Amino acid sequence: MSGPNTDYDPVEVTPLKADQVEAMREAALAAIAAAADLDALKQVRLDHAGDRSPLALANREIGALPPQARKEAGQRVGQARGAVNRAIAARQTVLEAEHEERMLAEETVDVSLPTTRRRRGGRHPLTLQSELIADLFVAMGYEIAEGPVVEAEWLNFDALNLGPDHPARTMQDTFWTEPAEDHVVLRTQTSPVQARTMLTRTPPIYVVCPGRVFRTDEYDATHSPMFHQVEGLVVDKGITMAHLKGTLDHFASQLFGDDITTRFRPSYFPFTEPSAEVDVKCFVCRNIEPQSCRTCRGEGWIEWGGCGVVNPRVLVACGVDPEVYSGFAFGMGIDRSFMFRHDLEDLRPLFEGDVRFSSAFGTEI
Amino acid sequence: MKAPLSWILDLVDVPAGTTTEEITDRLTLTGLKLEAIVSPGREITGPLVIGRVLTMEPEPQKNGKTINWCTVDVGAELNAAHGTGEQSGGVGIVCGAHNFAPGDLVVTVLPGGVLPGGFEIGARKTYGHLSAGMICSARELGLGEDHDGIIVLPPDAGEPGQDVRPVLGLDEETIEFEVNPDRAYALSLRGIAREVLVSVEGASGFRDPTLRDTPAANDEGHPVVVEDAEGCPVFVARRVDGFDPAAATPDFMVQRITAAGMRPISLAVDVTNYVMLETGRPIHGYDADTLQGAIVVRRAREGEKLTTLDGTARTLDPGDLVVTDDSGIIGLGGVMGGETTEISGTTTSILVESAHWDAVSMYRTGRRHKITSEAGKRNERGVDPTICEAAADRVVELLVEHGGGTAHPGVTVVGTPPAMPVVEVAGDLAARVSGMPITEEQSVECLRAVGCDVSGSGTLSVTPPPWRPDLTDAQDFSEEVVRLVGYDKVPSVLPTPPSGRGLTRSQQLRRRVGRTLAGEGYVEVVSFPFVGEADLDALGLAADDPRRDLLRLSNPLNTEAGFMTSTLLPGILRAAGKNVGHGTTDVAIFETGTVTLPRHAGPAAILPVDRRPTDAELEALDAALPAQPLHLAVVAAGDAVAGGWWGEARPVSWSDAVDAVRSVADALGLEVTASAVELAPWHPGRCAELSVAGEVVGHAGEVHPTVCQAFGLPKRTVAAEVDLDLLIARAVHLRTAPTFSSYPVAKEDVALVVDASVPAADVETALREGAGELLESIRLFDVYTGDQVGEGKKSLAYALRFRAADRTLKEGEAAAARDAAVARAAERTGAVQRA
Repeated sequence: MSGPNTDYDPVEVTPLKADQVEAMREAALAAIAAAADLDALKQVRLDHAGDRSPLALANREIGALPPQARKEAGQRVGQARGAVNRAIAARQTVLEAEHEERMLAEETVDVSLPTTRRRRGGRHPLTLQSELIADLFVAMGYEIAEGPVVEAEWLNFDALNLGPDHPARTMQDTFWTEPAEDHVVLRTQTSPVQARTMLTRTPPIYVVCPGRVFRTDEYDATHSPMFHQVEGLVVDKGITMAHLKGTLDHFASQLFGDDITTRFRPSYFPFTEPSAEVDVKCFVCRNIEPQSCRTCRGEGWIEWGGCGVVNPRVLVACGVDPEVYSGFAFGMGIDRSFMFRHDLEDLRPLFEGDVRFSSAFGTEI
Repeated sequence: MKAPLSWILDLVDVPAGTTTEEITDRLTLTGLKLEAIVSPGREITGPLVIGRVLTMEPEPQKNGKTINWCTVDVGAELNAAHGTGEQSGGVGIVCGAHNFAPGDLVVTVLPGGVLPGGFEIGARKTYGHLSAGMICSARELGLGEDHDGIIVLPPDAGEPGQDVRPVLGLDEETIEFEVNPDRAYALSLRGIAREVLVSVEGASGFRDPTLRDTPAANDEGHPVVVEDAEGCPVFVARRVDGFDPAAATPDFMVQRITAAGMRPISLAVDVTNYVMLETGRPIHGYDADTLQGAIVVRRAREGEKLTTLDGTARTLDPGDLVVTDDSGIIGLGGVMGGETTEISGTTTSILVESAHWDAVSMYRTGRRHKITSEAGKRNERGVDPTICEAAADRVVELLVEHGGGTAHPGVTVVGTPPAMPVVEVAGDLAARVSGMPITEEQSVECLRAVGCDVSGSGTLSVTPPPWRPDLTDAQDFSEEVVRLVGYDKVPSVLPTPPSGRGLTRSQQLRRRVGRTLAGEGYVEVVSFPFVGEADLDALGLAADDPRRDLLRLSNPLNTEAGFMTSTLLPGILRAAGKNVGHGTTDVAIFETGTVTLPRHAGPAAILPVDRRPTDAELEALDAALPAQPLHLAVVAAGDAVAGGWWGEARPVSWSDAVDAVRSVADALGLEVTASAVELAPWHPGRCAELSVAGEVVGHAGEVHPTVCQAFGLPKRTVAAEVDLDLLIARAVHLRTAPTFSSYPVAKEDVALVVDASVPAADVETALREGAGELLESIRLFDVYTGDQVGEGKKSLAYALRFRAADRTLKEGEAAAARDAAVARAAERTGAVQRA
């Protein structure tokens, strides 16, 4: 590089002439604007902002100018270079955005493709129905009592005022076990849990006991040797049939819908006196023009279960003083409740284990 | 109990215009539930009239049959409506029967009529004539099986064209009731009429068929000795001689007996059944000429035999009450008569037995000999003991009236009806029991209405009527009051329970287990717990497998499944197989249920009921029951992860079964360790024994291919069964909140070569111990077998993460811990670090 040339006329240095610098700037900006993609812009950067670009070369010449000319030339070139760099940066941002947009567009998938790789599980509708019923009563302050399904004859029958020669024993076709002298049965009802509860708790007692029970019924559309019942037992001071009615009305409305009430008919169970059959108002036709109702078969009411005031004999056998306490008990079929709540006419799918059936109910009902 | 309405109304009056439904609605509300109202003619619609046969011309047909081409007069109006002009004075009908003649009155259904079974009648061309209707047989009208010929009506039945329904009793309604065991009295028209009296508003004029003047007992009757007065408190015998065995049962009696669901047999038998239905008192008739000497009632002796009326030879029990004469045993008292003294087609002298029997003995005998009879049904539930004489007298009356004999003057009456107990009933009991404001006066009124004798006030002294042996306790009388006041009037009041404690921990955890498995993709199933030895054979259980110790059912529905199961596997494998059979080839199911494990701990005592059993007695009772732990089983077959656009399917693996249990254990805050074991029904090399804190809780793995085949499942089906009670008992209740180190983690990977037989779990345990407390986690990320590690070896690659709670680890600290871990693994398992 040559030394300072004091005689040098800056006007004579062509690259630093104002119109020359302006031309370089315009050329650079035009190239930047024309850069179609990031690769093109990279080349533009080299050509117009790189070390060997006209403006960079022009910048070098500044040092050769006489001091009085340097400032003006320096400003002119500096501004031009600044404008070019800003334009490149701006173009870079635009092109990067365009690039990303294009890349994302290329990654488009078919969101309607199937997504299920794993099987969906489900719980058995009778489990769900039992839990739903349990929850209704827990909400009222009841607790859930339990007992074994292979049960002592005494608890299944005798303690419940069904002595060995009680004709009602033949009402419940019992599975007996061997040896017969062991006096062990498959419980025919959840009522032995009543007895167990009274034998192990002190009143006030408010419990329900959902569970499996067994009868020697041939398996068909409406009978099963195994089915599910929920037993309710309340023992407290001053308990009456009115409390039983109130409780079952509440139960019915919770399970089947608002305003679904119950109807009592006199019946007979050895463990209750008075005893009643409970019908629940048909929740489909609501007993309004029931003639054409399929659910209640024109009755307006559906047989739901049995209930009554706990027989004082049962209280005595279970260690509760009938002079102080009274109680009520009820028993409903869970399977039966499920069947008419969910419009199931044949109960067998409940026990066939076909996953298509249980899956339909998911994990809540 | 089926009761013809006309018979009920013979005994009690209801206000004019009361409908059958009004009667049955009231009876249902007071305790006699309506089952059905039936009438034989309910399926018949359209013109069914009396016709008079004017002409009949036999016309032989090519098919060998001869038909009768008849002219039937069905009244001017119907003749005009249905006559075709082919015949004059009536309608033309082709009839295949021959048991009638011109002039006879017959039952004619005309076009537009519909007979039972939806059989529509039209005018149709047949055998070359236009037949305008049909002459009916009894079977065509649903009146029985008689199809030998058409019905020929008596000459005085009515005029042609008149509706024939009333003549045939087709409009007679029969009400079927469900009778509860405590209302044995309603197994009679007498009892039902009494219920109508107390239930139906405005009912009156009850005519008790047992209220009749009966001849006094005398010494001229058949000699009877009752040796067991407790078993047979009353025995009445009467006799009818000169009876015509060919006498027919009158139509009304046949109709009523049939409507009540019994079969007419012969006049003598029908009369005893008729009186039983009317009064509720079972009656037995003997052919008096076959009796030898005095009748003696006693208990049977060991080994005695009797062939009963049904032809069954029975060996008697000392508990059975028997009727004997000099020839030996002639009947099973109150249950069924014997063959030798049975009334036959030649019987002309009948001895009528009307006896009261002990209900418990009746029940036991019926059950012992598996006899269910109309008589037994009543005797075992309890019959009014005071009506023996009246019922016998009624039988004698009807036999004489319809069978043409004479009543023998002898009247034998042995014993007296037991007195009814007097029960003290608090005057306000009905109010206290029902929650209704029932006054003492109302209670007394209701009790008297049902036949009780009531005296006193405050505490009432109540004597039930003799037909109500079920009324023994004070509370029984409250039901009588409440049902008459009306169950529909019981108010609805919610009691206020004390604060409850919600679900027990165990109940919550069982729900959690179910939700966890459902979340893992398993569907819950419910199977019957019945199992047979063949099922256990199919599982491949060894002869001495403890799961072969089963509780046997005395009366299984299916002898192939005569036991309570000790394992959930047969049921759930069967369910899985069914799913696969239905085409659901990728299936994952679970089941929770109790299994039955006999303890052989002796009898569960029949404890007294007049007091609470002692705690020791209750404990012994529970100890005598089999153990019934709650088990969980899972089965999976087919693909665990489906194949698709994302890639290949992943078939289920033995590890899925283990992992199902692990997911449950996780949900309970438990850690499960697995170790190899051989156990049926699993694959001998692919079965894990699962333990929690050193206690075995169950097993999981791949099901043995033979077992898969037996249950219709594909090979590589996997299964697990665990004792859920054990898991739940060990579940962590309160988990401690974790703390995390915020210092950086140091990662070290190691690959160790061990013998193929060394369990990975052992290597991991050694690594953990050797690594010390700086080890944060360890993960086996690769298992390699092959040339690079050599025959009989495997390489296990672990990723170890180290971190200190209170500082950044120094250079080399993590490496030193890793080296210590490897050293421990080498020492314990012979592991060699791979270069």
